[in-house]
This record gives sequence, structure tokens and C-alpha cells, in this order.
Amino acid sequence: MSESQYPEGDMAADAVSPAPTSSVVAAPPSRERLQQARRRWLRTILLTGGVMGAALSGFLPLIYARTKRLRPPGALDEKDFLASCIKCGQCVQVCPVQAIKLADLVDGIGVGVPHIDAREQACDFSCDAVQCILACPTGALVYKKPAFLSVRKGAKLAKAPILKAKEKDAEPTLNLSERIGVARLTRPESCLAIQGKGFKGQARGASFKGRMRYMEANRWKPIRVAEHPYDVGECDLCVRECPVKGAISIETVFAPDGSRRKSPVVHEPCVGCGVCEMICPVEQPCIVIEAREVWNT
Amino acid sequence: MSSILRKRFFDQIAVMFGREPKKPEAIAPEAQNIHLFKRGNRDLIAEKLHARAHAIHANKWRNRRWAVLIVVNLMFTFSFWFDIQILEGALTASRFIGFHLIDLNSALQVMLAHKHIIVNLVIGTATVFVLWLLLGGRTFCSWVCPYHLLAEGAEKIHLYLVRKKLLTDQNIDRRLRTLSWIVFAALAAGTGYTVFEAISPTGILSRALIYGPGLALLWVLALLVFEVFFSRRAWCRYACPIGLTYGVVGIFSPVRIKYTLDGCFHEGDCRKVCLVPHVLDTVIKGRAVDTEIPIGPDCTRCGLCVDTCPTGSLTFDVKGLSRLL
Repeated sequence: MSESQYPEGDMAADAVSPAPTSSVVAAPPSRERLQQARRRWLRTILLTGGVMGAALSGFLPLIYARTKRLRPPGALDEKDFLASCIKCGQCVQVCPVQAIKLADLVDGIGVGVPHIDAREQACDFSCDAVQCILACPTGALVYKKPAFLSVRKGAKLAKAPILKAKEKDAEPTLNLSERIGVARLTRPESCLAIQGKGFKGQARGASFKGRMRYMEANRWKPIRVAEHPYDVGECDLCVRECPVKGAISIETVFAPDGSRRKSPVVHEPCVGCGVCEMICPVEQPCIVIEAREVWNT
Repeated sequence: MSSILRKRFFDQIAVMFGREPKKPEAIAPEAQNIHLFKRGNRDLIAEKLHARAHAIHANKWRNRRWAVLIVVNLMFTFSFWFDIQILEGALTASRFIGFHLIDLNSALQVMLAHKHIIVNLVIGTATVFVLWLLLGGRTFCSWVCPYHLLAEGAEKIHLYLVRKKLLTDQNIDRRLRTLSWIVFAALAAGTGYTVFEAISPTGILSRALIYGPGLALLWVLALLVFEVFFSRRAWCRYACPIGLTYGVVGIFSPVRIKYTLDGCFHEGDCRKVCLVPHVLDTVIKGRAVDTEIPIGPDCTRCGLCVDTCPTGSLTFDVKGLSRLL
């Protein structure tokens, strides 16, 4: 076995150099040593540059922040949300319908930051109590914003939203003070209600994975939307399945040609949960959530 | 604590922040006697060869550590997969049977970026602080961090390539880690965005194990490739601010590795396996300032040196506990 004693300094110094040094005891550092030190500095700079360069990718979300993503209920405004989210995914874990997803590198919204793709799986409040807010350890999701954060005009809900599923309970409201978006009928021309058409069958087809709580089926266990086919004379799926009381209704409206039509109309209590967007049976949904949008009267 | 050991205590903190270890200025007389005794002692050389011939290499601590690391990380994974709710969340923040646990470095980043601290954040951070204070600070690195395990694998490949003379380890200035700690803290405070969390391999791997793999793993892969072909254990040694954060906690921790000068043959096997060999400068012949020396705060308490030491000169030690027993 080797008897090697380490020379002074770091034993791991890159000792492999073409020529051995002759001046071991020389007082001034040899050219060799200086060169080694210089190389070491270059490597340090290289690694620093590499790490810092990679760290810049951390700023991507700020650049991509323009493409608005739907955040879980109770999310702070985007900048504060990105600052306070610790990326642990506890909100993901408590969601009974797994509506919340964590972003990947290419999503451009911060690695590990949660968002909701309402068309794939909306938040239907089947947890009854906004569990994701309860789970959040850092206050990125809050029932009520701390005093020093401003509330955007129109983001604040006029009243605590009443959950249709809990309507008969002693406490029927959701503990939520701000909306996360607003539903908007963006493609009225395709809307079955406006066309006066009904809908029969699975709202999103047999292969759709999304789930929802149907009170008449099981209060505590969300089932697949595909397992709950519809048969309605006039399509009102978005109104029928909206979990919040008074957020959307079918109203009689006048089309540009003066004819009377039935149309879904969104009202102030809309919290932006996205159930209407998920359930809309038309491909390319007629109604979508505008994430982080506020209520404009 | 003697003045010599107190000086060493503060020196080791400086070493953690990136200073190179220096030859000691003063050595306790008892230690000096042992150093003198060992110098040119033929019996000692014979003893050394004998010990070598009969050495049994154990992987006791390494196996225990790997088991703990894997079990902890799988507890996160299974808590989510099977909804057993023991350890919910990821390594950045979690709940152990309902109690908040928040990673110190992530907590720091969020506090600096958000500038608002809620009660749960304080509770979780304080709990983890006390936990790692009791368990040894950087114990987090070697006993919990999933990147550490992957990096140990990469290190084996790296060392194989070095043995085959296909490459040499390119060491880097350790002050870089302190710099990166400061830069990432400043970025969080200045930009209001937790920049480090985007590239933290600990967070990325922990989330990948729980919520499924993602493209962010490419960054982890890049780090591993760098460590295999360029610089041994580069991320943990020279870059990761998490290690420094837990290292600071470890300054005050009673759990550490203890070095006993008496039986040491000064062969340096421990330094060859160590992630942070600068903490083991004391094992170099003539360097130990006392007969028993606690290893400094940058030590990850991984136990590789304890496993590899043929004479049992390096042992796990809990300050005060051995005196109590």
C-alpha cells in the first residue's frame, strides 16, 4: 500500500503536468504553479458561468408570464405567486381530482410551479374546502391576501361563493375571497345552446380522463366525466355543472339578426374554476377561462 | 474547550466558506508528543503493514446511509402514490404526519423573494432547523439529498476513468460555493423570484421521484456528466448553496466525526474517499492540534472515512453523549 503523504495544500491539485518541477524548495512560486493556479481560476470562472447561465433559465417564467396560466384557487398575483411558491407540490397531493399540475422546464412558468389546465381537468371544488390553500406551506395560495398585498379591482369576489353541492349545509360557502379567472363565451357561434341544439352522450368522449364530482352519483368520490353521459334537449352543460351558485345561467338573448336565442351568460360570482371549459362538449370549447382576468361590469 | 481547539473551531468555519486549510500555529503538548513518537518509528511501520494485511473493509455506514436516503425519498413517493399521507410534499417543503417541514435553503429563498413570512413557514423552517441541528447539519446532504446518491455513482465512474488515466480531476476554487450562495440570495431578494429553485437538482429530483420525471432532469444529467468527465463531485463541492446553508447549521451540531490521533497511521485513505477532504486536513502527519479532534462543519457525516479507516481513528461522535454514558 502506498505510504503517500500529501504535500502541502490540496492533494487533489491537478498534478499531472508534462514536466516535473525542479525547484521544489524555491521561495517564489514556480512558473508551473502559477500556471496551475491560472488554470484553476479559469475552471472556476467556467463553472461559475455555467451555473449562472443555467440559473438564468429561472427567469424564463417572467418572460413567459404573458401567456397567462390558470393558477390554483387562492393564488397570489403572478409575481408574488412565483416569489412565494416553494415548489413542493403539496397542493397537487391534496386535490381530489388532480387538477393541479407542476410545470416542467419547457413550460416556461418556473420548474415545479403549479397550474391548472382547465380543459383537461378543472377544479370542481369537490374537496369542499379549497384543500390546496390549506396545504400550501408558504402562503402562495391564501384564503385572504395579507394586508400589504393589493387586491386588483374586480378580482375580489363580492360575496363568499356558495357551493351548489353544499347549499343545504349550515355553511354553504367556499372560503375564497378572490377569483382566479373569469369564464368567457369566446366562440358563441359554435355554442350548442345558442344554436338551440341538445346534447346526448359523453360530454368529452369515451377516452376523456377528466373527473368530476356528481352529487347524484357520489358526494365524496369524483367519477370520470365519461362515466356520466348526458341527454339534454337544450345543451346547458356549463350551467348545470358549474359548482358555484349564480355564476352562470342560461338567458334569453337577442342575436344580431333580432332572433331570440338561449345563451349561457356569466355572472359576477364566477370564480374561474374552469368546470364550464372542461365540460363544454364542443371541440375547441365555446366557453373558456381567462386566467387571472378580473370581473368587468 | 482549549484555546487551541477554539481556534481550530473558527478556522474550520473559515475553511467551510472556502479558505484553504493551513498548517496549525500551535499544537497541544500531548499531541506534540504523539507526533514526535510517530516520527521514524520502525515499530509503527511494522504495525501499519500488519494492520493493512488484516484490514477488513466494511461498508457499514455507507449501507446504512443509502438505506436511509432511499427510504426517506421513497416515503415521499409512496405517501403520494398510495395516499398514505405520512410524508406529503417534496424535499423543498413537506408535512410529516401533519407537521410542517420546510427545507432551510428553499425557505430562505422564498423569504428573501416574497419578503413576507407566514406562520406555517416559520414553524416548518424552525422544525427543520432544530432537526438538522440535532442531526449534524450537512447530514442532510449525504443522508437525504437524492442528488448525493446519483453523484456518488458518477463519482465512481469518474474515479475509474482517473485510474485508467483517461482524465484528471479538475478542482475548482471552493470559494465559488460561498459566492453562489450570496448571488442566489441576492437574486431572490432583488428580483423577487426564487431563481435557485429552478436549477436546484435536489428539488428537481425530489419532484421527479414523486410527481414523475420531466425535462428538468436534463439539467441534473448535465451536472452528472460534468462531474464524471471534468470535476469530481463538482456540484456538491463547489456550487451548491444548500450545502453551505446546512453547513452553517452544522457548526453548532453535537453530531460529528471525531478524529483520534493516537492510532492513526496517516495514510490518508479517508481523504481519498471524502467529499470534502479539506475538513480532514487534520489527519495529515503533524497537523493534528490535539489528541482528539472534532471534524469541522463542512463535513457531511457520510461515514465513508469511518468505514475506510483501518485503525478506527475516525468515529461518529455525539458531543457530550459519550461523557454521559
